[in-house]
Amino acid sequence: MLRILRLQKEPFDAAGETAPLAQGRSDIGALVTFTGICRAEEDGLAALEIEHYPGMAEEEIGRVMDAAGARWPIAGALVIHRYGLIRPGEAIVLVATAARHRGEAFAAAEFLMDYLKTNAPFWKKMRMRDGRDGDWIGPRAEDEAATKRWR
Amino acid sequence: MRALYFAWVRERVGIAEEEIDPPASVKTLADLVAWLKRRGENYGAAFADQGSVRAALDRCHARPDQPIAGVEEVAFFPPMTGG
Repeated sequence: MLRILRLQKEPFDAAGETAPLAQGRSDIGALVTFTGICRAEEDGLAALEIEHYPGMAEEEIGRVMDAAGARWPIAGALVIHRYGLIRPGEAIVLVATAARHRGEAFAAAEFLMDYLKTNAPFWKKMRMRDGRDGDWIGPRAEDEAATKRWR
Repeated sequence: MRALYFAWVRERVGIAEEEIDPPASVKTLADLVAWLKRRGENYGAAFADQGSVRAALDRCHARPDQPIAGVEEVAFFPPMTGG
């Protein structure tokens, strides 16, 4: 399985990043991509400050990608996760999977995304437009439930 | 061993990282949390709601009953909100 995994501060180009998953191959029938975007859920939100655990974040995402590869016959998987200051409307995360058929590509992408939400060591603090620090974003029960269904 | 703190756990402890040397009686992750809590009010505040603090041993998610012998890096942090 082709595995592309990167953590970065900079924005990414989803189409360009996912191209290597299917390029030069004739056995890929499905490429699923998901882009997670910073949403202005709270009034006055200027940006999210995303903190991560360098070292563990890469290792943990790698473990989840390997688990996806063991569970579904996917030819490739990609995860790009940003950290640092991210404004509403900007992309935070890119997940992509390539497979012979769409079923396993969709399932593996959803599995990856669900595990990223609850198991990848990232935390989000709100920065408000009036200059003050907002709260840390807490875990959502829906996200916990989404991860549990894969067990 | 090296201890790392992230997000609001880091803010409450007041530092991001430190070297710690717990006594031999501290055998599990739960023992380590109890030992840290006795070191000062800042640790007490960080671990007040123990159910909402997660931990990793050598960069793998860990449960409170896991032994810490031989561990080089322990990390404490709130529930993760990736993606």
